[in-house]
Amino acid sequence: MNSIECDHLTKKFGDLVAVSDISFNVAQGEIFGLLGPNGAGKTTLIRMMTTLTPPTSGTARIAGHDIRTDADGVRHALGVIPQAFTSDPELTADENMLIHAKLYGVPAERRETLIHDLLESVDLLKFRGALVRTFSGGMRRRLEIARGLVHSPKILFLDEPTTGLDPASRTNVWEMIRALREKAELTILLTTHYMDEADKLCDRIAIVDHGKLAALDTPTRLKDSIPGTDAVEAEFEGAPKDWIEQLQGLAESRGVTQHDGVVRIPSHDGPTTVAALMDLARASGVTVRKVSVETTTLDDVFLHYTGRELRDAAHGGAGYDISHLYR
Amino acid sequence: MKFFRISALIERDMRKFLRSPALMMSSMIFPLVQLVVLGYAFGGKIVGASVGVVDEDHSVESRRIREMFNGIAEGPRTFHVIDYDSISRALDDLRAGGIHAVIDIPHDFSLRFYHRDRPRIAFTEDNTDQFISSSLLERVQQMVDDLNAPNVEPRLQNKVELNVVEIYPYIEYIKYLLAGSIAMAIFIVAMIGGGITFIDDKARGLHEGYLVTPIHKTELVMGLIGAGAVKGLMAGMVLTIVGGLIAGIPRLWDPVRLFYLSIVVLVASVAMISFMFLVMVRVDDPLVPRAIFGVLNTLLFFPSGAVYPVEAFPPWLRWISIIDPFTYTVHALRNLTIKNTGIDGIYVDVLVLLGFSVIMIGASIALFKRQL
Repeated sequence: MNSIECDHLTKKFGDLVAVSDISFNVAQGEIFGLLGPNGAGKTTLIRMMTTLTPPTSGTARIAGHDIRTDADGVRHALGVIPQAFTSDPELTADENMLIHAKLYGVPAERRETLIHDLLESVDLLKFRGALVRTFSGGMRRRLEIARGLVHSPKILFLDEPTTGLDPASRTNVWEMIRALREKAELTILLTTHYMDEADKLCDRIAIVDHGKLAALDTPTRLKDSIPGTDAVEAEFEGAPKDWIEQLQGLAESRGVTQHDGVVRIPSHDGPTTVAALMDLARASGVTVRKVSVETTTLDDVFLHYTGRELRDAAHGGAGYDISHLYR
Repeated sequence: MKFFRISALIERDMRKFLRSPALMMSSMIFPLVQLVVLGYAFGGKIVGASVGVVDEDHSVESRRIREMFNGIAEGPRTFHVIDYDSISRALDDLRAGGIHAVIDIPHDFSLRFYHRDRPRIAFTEDNTDQFISSSLLERVQQMVDDLNAPNVEPRLQNKVELNVVEIYPYIEYIKYLLAGSIAMAIFIVAMIGGGITFIDDKARGLHEGYLVTPIHKTELVMGLIGAGAVKGLMAGMVLTIVGGLIAGIPRLWDPVRLFYLSIVVLVASVAMISFMFLVMVRVDDPLVPRAIFGVLNTLLFFPSGAVYPVEAFPPWLRWISIIDPFTYTVHALRNLTIKNTGIDGIYVDVLVLLGFSVIMIGASIALFKRQL
């Protein structure tokens, strides 16, 4: 049974198409990731599904409630943790939970136990009386996740839940999301621009770029779907002008790209490609400064389906050219 | 519409308000300082102005006038007298701002007096300061009237006399100003709660946290206005008590009057916060409420009659005062604090403020964007 059904959702802001005809389903109990760079349309998509922004066309059904005709039903069924911190810094953790419990109409006799259990589950019980403005980013994010669950929803939306957090806090949030899924049998939809986050957390991933759905599958199948199982990365010195063209012909190679002086060669057999690379470099008088073999990552998947790397896309996401500032 | 959601928003704001003494103090200190400073600055009578006297006549009659001036300088002390030998020197000092007026007793004063040929004295005033010049003129006119009074009253008089009856004891200006200061405290709470905090919360993304809940926009608007109204009631009543004690309002603790005062303060709070909410309902930039604070303050406070009677305004300013919620707030509060009129003196104002609030709240709900 599907908890989320996204049906040809489109959002236009004037001439700009932020989300273009996106459709997918999320099964009950699944962790589903929307992966894409900043400006790809992930937040707009999640805002449409959470009734914060009206779609231009298409619709979505959340727990059977249509976002166009039954926004109230959608809001009752969902827990939403927006990208920005929305907990009130001038209130304590406890008060933030209490106010939200009241807004959702949680019965008074259940509130105390519920808030206690939720704060305990996000490891904030001992800070329940502290003002939120004294919290670190990781603590605030954990509080917001607990707050999003105060009405016991079956579906949780998290918009970039670990953006801006340090590595330890990110790992902490990941563990919490996994634990919540196990304990509360939640369906979770999250957006991220972190490859490792999508890879480690999500059962399925939808790659979104320029407002369009570029690919959708499990992380393993996505990696299997692209040419090559390995990627050879190397740096050279004294390379001739046609060096990249020469590398295209290497054994087991499946195309060559270059970024910041690092050449990346997807391959079906990394060691064989490295051996051929070393032979070619020796014969051409090119010095190999560095070489490594990695297994295929979601970065390669993103590159394959969008034609660019996620870090390029992220940097160019807003479309502003600021290079003149550094000349 | 669910009341528990409205009360949750009110509770949130109250917790923040009570935790932030700086916010509470700032909403009360400014009106209190204004009450004390303006109340005492504007309320007093003119004392110690300088009047130059030039006696060109040097006669018995002119000396009599000089003595009357000295009497004023010693008695009510409206002015003190500085003697000049020449009119030109006195006028030079007047133009230079050294003195406030010049009285010239011309050389033919006594001659005309004895010939009953309309003896004259000249009063030349520095009219750049209306308050001082009108006070001096009133005092000098009084003195001239005394001079003109017959030495022996005729046995039968056929003059019309005006008997003035003041129905209230003398009202110091600080008492007159108190109503405006209470209204100002409510306005500041409305400005901070309905303007600055509302836009700041929106800019910080806090509203998104509420918009993802099932709260209806009517509940959201009513909750935010309700929270502002409760804060306005608290600030307004504190100022009523503290300001009332400072201004010396008699029988301040009369429970019936306090009850009516609390009704006016509450209704005025709803009116002002809903007005502010409507002004800010589509604003996103946190600088906007800060930028227009002074404009709104001037536009609402001064045309209301808080510091000067509305009856003295030109027609265009009267129109502003008619649509200004401050006007009805000040009128009702003044009726209660100075005249203790009871319900008869406030019910029209309360009804106008309620009607104004209904229009503001309706428009706010219609314009409020539930989506981002």
